[in-house]
Parts: sequence; structure tokens; C-alpha cells
Amino acid sequence: MVPTNYYLILSAIIFTIGAVGVLSRRNALIIFMCVEMMLNSVNLTLIAMSRQWNNLNGQIFVFVIMAVAAAEVAVGLAILIAHYHHAKTTNIDDINVMKW
Amino acid sequence: MDFSTIFFILVGALSVGAAVSVVTSRVAVHSALFLLTHFMTLAILYITLDAQFLGAAQVIIYAGGIVILILFVIMLIGSENLDTRAGYRSWVPWAGMALGFVLVAGLAFAILKAPLIPATLPANQGGVPDVVGMYLYTQGILLVELVSVLLLVALLGALLLARRPIWDTD
Amino acid sequence: MFNLAWLLFAFPTAGALIILLVGKRMPQKVVGWLASAAVIAAFGVAISLLFSLIGLPAEEQQITITYWQWMTIGSFQIPAAVLIDPLSVTMAMVVTGVGALIHVYSIGYMADEERYQRYFFYLNFFILAMLTLVMSNNFLGMFVGWEGVGLASYLLIGFWFDKKDDTYGWYADCGKKAFIVNRIGDFGMLVAMFMIWSTLGSLVFGEVGALAHTLAPATATIICLLLLLGASGKSAQIPLYVWLPDAMAGPTPVSALIHAATMVTAGVYMMVRTYALWEMSVPAMAVAAWIGALTALLAATIALVQTDLKKILAYSTVSQLGFMVMAAGLGAYGAAIFHLVTHAFFKALLFMGAGSVMHATHGVLDINRLGGLRTKMRSTYITFAIGTAALAGIIPFSGFFSKDAILVASLDQNIPVYIIAALTALLTAVYSFRALFVTFHGAPRDPHLYKHAHESPRIMTIPLWILAILTVFAGGFNLPFLLPLEHWLESSFSHQEKISVTVEIFGIMVSIVLSFFGLLIAWAYYVRKEAWPATLTKPFLFLRPLFEHKWYIDQIYERVIVAPLKAISSWFARVFDPKVIDGAVNTVGAVCMDAGEAVRKLQNGAVPTYAFSIFLGVVAVLLYFLFMG
Repeated sequence: MVPTNYYLILSAIIFTIGAVGVLSRRNALIIFMCVEMMLNSVNLTLIAMSRQWNNLNGQIFVFVIMAVAAAEVAVGLAILIAHYHHAKTTNIDDINVMKW
Repeated sequence: MDFSTIFFILVGALSVGAAVSVVTSRVAVHSALFLLTHFMTLAILYITLDAQFLGAAQVIIYAGGIVILILFVIMLIGSENLDTRAGYRSWVPWAGMALGFVLVAGLAFAILKAPLIPATLPANQGGVPDVVGMYLYTQGILLVELVSVLLLVALLGALLLARRPIWDTD
Repeated sequence: MFNLAWLLFAFPTAGALIILLVGKRMPQKVVGWLASAAVIAAFGVAISLLFSLIGLPAEEQQITITYWQWMTIGSFQIPAAVLIDPLSVTMAMVVTGVGALIHVYSIGYMADEERYQRYFFYLNFFILAMLTLVMSNNFLGMFVGWEGVGLASYLLIGFWFDKKDDTYGWYADCGKKAFIVNRIGDFGMLVAMFMIWSTLGSLVFGEVGALAHTLAPATATIICLLLLLGASGKSAQIPLYVWLPDAMAGPTPVSALIHAATMVTAGVYMMVRTYALWEMSVPAMAVAAWIGALTALLAATIALVQTDLKKILAYSTVSQLGFMVMAAGLGAYGAAIFHLVTHAFFKALLFMGAGSVMHATHGVLDINRLGGLRTKMRSTYITFAIGTAALAGIIPFSGFFSKDAILVASLDQNIPVYIIAALTALLTAVYSFRALFVTFHGAPRDPHLYKHAHESPRIMTIPLWILAILTVFAGGFNLPFLLPLEHWLESSFSHQEKISVTVEIFGIMVSIVLSFFGLLIAWAYYVRKEAWPATLTKPFLFLRPLFEHKWYIDQIYERVIVAPLKAISSWFARVFDPKVIDGAVNTVGAVCMDAGEAVRKLQNGAVPTYAFSIFLGVVAVLLYFLFMG
């Protein structure tokens, strides 16, 4: 059996890559993808710990997270499309209506 | 170094590589495809972790649903290659990378330092579909109902948001 | 009978309250008589207290009646109590008796006044405060009365606050001056009370008197000098007498009651009450005696050249108060109180006479415009002459006996002070008869004024006659060698040592000579218009400008005290307040605004920056829990 720590470290690496991606890219779609990567890294952590503790709750939690992620993608992309119709760009640097 | 460890390392490396490619790719469609690869590797890892149902669900939902959606949107609205970054946030990527290193180091330190709590529950069959299903539809029935409401709301929301705005149709 | 003592306060309070609440709706006469009735009733109570007290033997003549505990803060206990003893009853009788006469006189004098009800309310309030002052059995109760009479004085001096003229300026300013100068004296009183309580542990007169011998001489001296400061404020001694001449801006009955007979005597009363403390400090008593003597001389010299009749009387009051303070400083408490009583009679009489003259001449009191009024105003003239004789110390009027008692006491103890006092007595005779002769004798200097002059109504002249009778016979209260008043008062203070017969006779002789000589000078110069007084005083003529300018004291105070104070206040108002205080507050505001400006920059509306800050927060929390949790 592969030690649980390996999975946890892998999950940390993937999470960090996703976070850096969110900060670095300008295209809203790429940012979306990075967010999904971060969610997945958390799923990996949960499933690893579920196996470690023989507790099924971890996997149920992941199930719910997947459902939520799916819903979020749907709504988020719809928002993105609506914004694109209005602003004709996906550059998040141009979304600064909340500026002082 | 037995087979499962080598297998894990290979799949893990592939996963990390795909993740890095998602972030650094210049073409949006390439990013999406690399994301797909990443999800598949994760599904493999779930299966090695005795979460067979979730591995399958990962493939169906993520790879088969979310990535497809993203690809559709990329096709729909296009994605130009943006080169310049706004002046007021030119420092953000570098600061983010530095912070990322700190985060990884901190997390690795925490993971390696903390003692792993042993299992208190007896060993079970893991995440095979009938076990998960039995749990979901007996003890976790509330979860199922809530998730279904959530999906319904998301459906309606996406529908509403994607309609043409009124001022555009004149 | 003593349990009726509370009525002393109840009558003036009731009068004041009724006038305050419904006075506007009552006709003027009712208001005036109601106020007078309240004071007459209080006088009746004082008489009954007197008779009850006389029946008791001397040791038992200190009766304390406690009404309630006013303050109890740990060991600081102050009762609301009255001390009924010969001294307080004497004072109460003077206050209510003379006060009642002045109330009645005011009914006529203030008949044309628009704010009639307010006047009588203030007067009743004054009587109440003065009675609190003299009847209270502890320092703090006395101080309540002390402040109350100060307030009443301020209100009454500035009664015609919207009036302004050349003699006084704004009448309201005169009231302000009185109050502020008095405050300096009050400061002295307060610090003295603090010291008394902290060293002796009590503020009740009886207990302080019993414990006074435990004081160190230095402490006693400081306390007594502070008390002297308080007395100087109230009783118009050097250096705080400057408010009294300006207080003449008030209505004349007010000048008679407050600034001649009662309030200004509060300082002397206080000094006699605290005799036990004074006896512990020989230097303080010497200072008091000298201050009293010098004040008497200073004021007499100024009165000599004043032309306004009320101002002459005002400076005369300062001078006579100097005599009383001097007597207290010499330990002759009986003489001081005796002079207080007789002075109340004849000075009130003189002021009311001046008021009668004002009534006749429509407010003109410049004696250089008067003259020959004795044919037009017989009652006023005769009573004024009696008062003048008493003031000058002509035997057998009461003023002679009381002033002589003081002079003999100073002759016995302190020859330099005696010389000053004797000189002042001579000057007193001169200026008082000068006032009489110039106003009432000779040819009228202003025919128009003379033509319209007339005698005052009976309601004003009857109190004059009553006071005149008292002035003539009050000498019997305390004849030399018999001294009934002094013996009666002795239970309130220490035993007065007997003065040897030779000294007494010598003193009496000199007093008679001085008073008649002064009368002769005035008669010769102002009536006969002879030349020899002028030749007599020619060597001293260089002093005349000094007297006429009141020794430049007002100007000195203005330059040395008032102007620097105003400059400091102005500096504070123009520089310190806007720059430092407003600056500090504004700086706080500006710092907040600048901080807000800086923090506002965070809100740049750019999502990546927000994402970065979230990420930063996550890492920070993680690191915290890693290394500190």
C-alpha cells in the first residue's frame, strides 16, 4: 500500500499549481480550469484520508463536492458568456467595475 | 520500492505535468485537453485508493461533462492570446509563485511532521458502487435530495443567464 | 423656643418663593409688603430667640439644633445645623431688623421700578442667605450663605443691567467686578477650610474651637491669613476692596442693606467666629490689625475728595470696616461686633438718606450740584445729620462709643496702629461733615434741581427716623466700663481683658477732641468758608491728586493683573485653542482620512489582486497554525 503521505503531498502540489495559475493567467476560462484543478486536489486528499481511516464519509463528501463543482461550472460559464456578450472580451483585467 | 509505489510515482508525475501544462499553455484548447489528461490521471489514482465509484464518477462528471462544457465555451467565445498584463498587477504572478513555494513547503512540512492517526474503524470494502449507493440512499438521503435541488437551481440559473439580453435583440 | 429657629429661614424662603412664582400677578404694594412681612416675622423669631437665650446661664448659651445630616462621606460629616448663641442671635437681629426697615423703605423707593417683583425676590433671597451665613454651626454651612450673599450682591448690583453711564460704565460690569473680586476671597476661604479639615478633622465651629490649640503656629498662621483673604474679599479690605465703590451702581436700598449693614460685615463676623484659630497665631492677628488700619486710612483719604454722595459713603464703609477688622486683629472682638451693630444702624441710615436725596433730585448725587437742601427736606436732613454725627464719632451718639472702644483697644496694644486709627478718625469726621454741609447747607448750586426738590414720602422717612433713634441710643448697648454687650457676647469668644482706667480715660478724651476738631474744620471750611483750614492743610496739598485718583489702585490692578490675564486668555483663545487643541483634533481626523485614502487603494476592483490577497491569507493562516498553533 502506498503511504498516505504521498497522496497528500501530491495533492498539495496540484493545489499550489492551481493557485498560481489563478493568479497568473488573464483569460477567464483558463482561470476556471485552474479552479477546477484545485477542487480536484482537495478531492484527492479526502479520498486518501478516507482510505486511511476506513471511513466512508470522505468519499461521500467528495461525491457532494463533485456535484457542487458541476453546478458551479454550469453557472459560472453562463455568467462568463453573458459577460462576453456585454464586454466582448474575456480578459479579467478589464473587469474592474468595483474599482473605487 | 514495489510496483504500487512506482505506479503511483508515474501517474503522479503525469498528473503534475499535465497540471503545469494547463497553467502554462498559450492556446486555450490545449489547456483544456491537458486538463482532461489531469482528470483521467486523478481517476486512476482514485481507483488505486479503493474509491472505485468515485473514479468512475470522476471520469463521467469531470472528464465527460465539465471539460466538454469548457471546450464548448472556448469554441463559442473564442480566446485570443493576450500578451500584455495590466500595470497594476504585473507583480502578482511573481508574488503568487513565491507564495506558492511557501505554501508547498509549508504543507509538505506539515504533512511530513504530523503523525498519521491510525484507523479506528474496521477495514471495509472501500468505495465500491453498491456500498456507496447503500449509504447514500439510506443514511445520506438528505444529501442526495439537497444535491438534486442544487443541480436544479444551477440548471435554471444557467438557463436564465445564457439568454440573450433584452437590449441586444432590437 | 429654640425649636422655632427654623422659622428664621422659613419666612424669607416663603416670601421669596411666593414672589417668584406669583409675584407678577400681584399688585406692587402687595409684593412689597409681603416681602417686608416675611423679614419682620423673621425679626420676631430672632427677638424670641434672644429672650430665650438671655434666660440661660452663660455656659449654656451655645445651643446647637441639627436639622439633618447634610453630607456624610466616611469621616467627613457636615450637619445642616444652626448654632444659637449670643453672637449669632445678635447678628440675626441686626440682619432682620435693619433688613425689615430697608424692605419697607424700598416699597417707596422702588415704586416706579418695572422689575419690582424681581427686586423683592432678590432681597428676600439675600436675607435668607445672610441668615444661613450667621446662624450656621459649621464652616461649610456658613460658606453656603457666604456664596449666597455674593450671588445676591451680584444680582442686585447689576439690577439695572441694561444701564450705562459715565460714573460706573455698564452697571452689569459692576456686578461682575464684585463677584470676581469676591471669588478671590472665596478661594482663600476654601483653602483655609480644606486645611482646617485636614489638620483638625472637623468643620463645626465648636469642635474647631476646642481643637485649635493642637495646631502648629505655622499652620495656624497660614490658615488665618487665608481666612483674612476671605474676609478681605467680603469686607472690602486691602487688596480686595475695589468692588465696593463700583457696587454703588445698585439701587440705594441695596447699598444700604448689603454694602453697609450686613453682607460686608460677614468677613468680620467670620473672623470673630474663628477667634480660636486667630489666637493661635500672633503674626496673623498683627497682619489683620495692620490691614484693617491701613484700609481705614486709605479709604478715608479717598472719601475726602469724592464728589458723589454715595461714593463718599461707600469709601466710608470701607474705612469703617477697616476699623472692625483692625479690632478683630487686636483681639477686641466685643468692640468689633459693637461697631458692627452701630455701623449697621448709622450707615444704613446715611445710605437711605442719600436715597431720599436721589429721590428728590432725580438721581443727581454730585454734591457740587446740590446745596441748601435742609430747608426743603427737613426729615432727611435731621436724620442724615444724626447719622453723620454717629459716623464722625460725636459723643453721645452710638458711633462715638463703638469707635472709641476700638481706638482704646488699639491704644492699649499697638501704638503705631493707634496713631493711624486716630488720624483716620479725624479724617472721618472731616469728610462726613463735609458731605453733610455741602449737600444740605449753603446756597443751592443748581437752582433747577433745588426748585424741584421735595421731601420723600412717609414710607421712606419713617424707617429713617427709626434708624435715627437707634443711632442715638444704641451707644447704651456697650458703654465704657459697663460693657453689657461685650459681656453678653463673651460666651461666644474668649474673655476680653480689662483695659486700665487711665488708658480708657485718655482714649476717650482724645476721641472727643479729634471728632470735634474734625467737625470744626468742616464747619469752618464748608459753611463759613473761612481760610484757616486751607492754610492748615497746605503742606499736604500735594497728596490731593493721589487721593482724587484713588491712589491709582484701579489703574495698577488693570495694568498688573487684568491686562496680563486678558492677554493670556486672548493668547489661549487665538493661538492655543485653534492651533493646538483644534490642531490635535483635526490631525486625528486628517490621519483617519489619509489612512482611508491609503486603504482605499486596495479596492482597485481588479479580481486578480483580490485573489492574491485571499491566497495570502490562506498561506498566513497555514503558517500560523504550523508554527504557533
